[in-house]
Amino acid sequence: MLKETSSRIIKSAVVSFWRNGWLSTATVLVMVLTLFVIGGLLLSSVLMNTILDSLEERIDVSVYFLPNTQEELIVGLKADFEKIPNVSAVSYVSQAEALERFRERHKNNPLILESLAELEENPLEASLNISAADTSKFQEIVTAIEVQEEPTIDKINFFENQRAIERLSKIMVATRTTGAAIAAILAFIAVLVAFNTVRLAIYTARDEINVMRLVGATAWHIRGPFLIEGVIDGGLAAVITAAIYIPTVWFLAPNIQNFLDGINMFQYLMGHLLEFFAILFASGVLLGILSSILAVRRYLKV
Amino acid sequence: MIFFDNVSKIYSPTSTALEGVTLRIQPKEFVSLVGPSGSGKTTLLRLLIAEERPTEGRVFFDQDEITALRPKELPYLRRRIGKVFQDYRLLPTKTAMENVAFAMEASGKSAEEILHDVPQVLELVGLTDKMSHFPHELSGGESQRVAIARALVNRPEVFLADEPTGNLDPVNTWEIIRLLLKINELGTTVILATHDKEIIDALDRRVIELEKGRVVRDEERGKYISKE
Repeated sequence: MLKETSSRIIKSAVVSFWRNGWLSTATVLVMVLTLFVIGGLLLSSVLMNTILDSLEERIDVSVYFLPNTQEELIVGLKADFEKIPNVSAVSYVSQAEALERFRERHKNNPLILESLAELEENPLEASLNISAADTSKFQEIVTAIEVQEEPTIDKINFFENQRAIERLSKIMVATRTTGAAIAAILAFIAVLVAFNTVRLAIYTARDEINVMRLVGATAWHIRGPFLIEGVIDGGLAAVITAAIYIPTVWFLAPNIQNFLDGINMFQYLMGHLLEFFAILFASGVLLGILSSILAVRRYLKV
Repeated sequence: MIFFDNVSKIYSPTSTALEGVTLRIQPKEFVSLVGPSGSGKTTLLRLLIAEERPTEGRVFFDQDEITALRPKELPYLRRRIGKVFQDYRLLPTKTAMENVAFAMEASGKSAEEILHDVPQVLELVGLTDKMSHFPHELSGGESQRVAIARALVNRPEVFLADEPTGNLDPVNTWEIIRLLLKINELGTTVILATHDKEIIDALDRRVIELEKGRVVRDEERGKYISKE
């Protein structure tokens, strides 16, 4: 009995999906659009986060030492600095290395290279580059270094970069929150559009719903086919959306990587394909079911 | 069997559909509801299948107080009451047979029962040869007969007909009325709402006349107009 009823409901949903071909197509396409927005928000938030993370990693504070400071002393200080709270990494750049990097950076500028060659001594200072787990903690770290009053320290570039670092960390916080807000608004609009489309599809079936009530069909018997149709709409839309995303991301990934210096989005997508599809599928099906329940409810009253 | 206990239905202060209606209908009766448009015939029928709730009063069907049923219980009430309307209300995407079978599916009947009962009831209304036609391929009279078959197939205790002949020519009208009489003979209570004088006079059955929402006449063997 229950089995017969459910198979009847599923059959009637499939038949109705098929017979209302254009309406079903339109509904699925609008849902594809919605899921496309949701997927896009998902991928761009991943991209934005990796970019922000890599930016954050690149912010560091350099402690410069007077020329000819002994290397053992600096290496000793490096160990001390690493023990300061919130320091995530300390790297040592010797005078020779600094010179090498300087040459590399200006290899296309013969004037600078020539004037460098004029000098007898290495003019560059050795330095310790300190990265923090959290960019807003640099002030504390620098204070901790300062209290040691190490005479060989020439300067700490934090004070020069302080404003830039502070601004950058503010921008990061702002970007993350506004990004989340924009994503929420876009997702909300997309959901509304999809919901309305499903409602329209059910509106065309209101006579049928009326007749069903008339002949004494239970509420679930009436709702059932529309729910299943919602599931079909959502599931199909998820499959189509994923099928659009994979080649699109594959095509765009190299450009994104070059331009933003982030991760390879295609590799990321393929690595997380199952989760990505699960999110799209769940959103689609949930959207279909919810829209159907809300839309049918209107005609089920009394 | 059916009991309206001082029922009023007021849509708005300026629109009163029924006022203080009290009436009793016995099993196997054939009752005609007459009165001009807007006199409350349709509202009365809608109260019986709980499509509307009365503003005041109570409606009973056997032991059940219809006005106190929970929404969950309404489908089971509606299965006990067959209904036909002036506009047939067939599903345009289903054939005659599917339309009838649909009513059985909706009430959870098995496939064997459906295969057994549907041809029988279509034979009763004389449409065996039009089983696989769609509603747009049927005449008005045929459509109404499909609607009657659909209303009958769940073996209702009461049969409501709201202006069933309103869109039909005299020949088809009489075919429908003969069907209603046959249904009544088979033991089903029939309530017919109409304003067709000839039908009422020819039926020679109980007539309840409504006017502006009130019962103004209730006669055992009534004619259309008895005001003399």
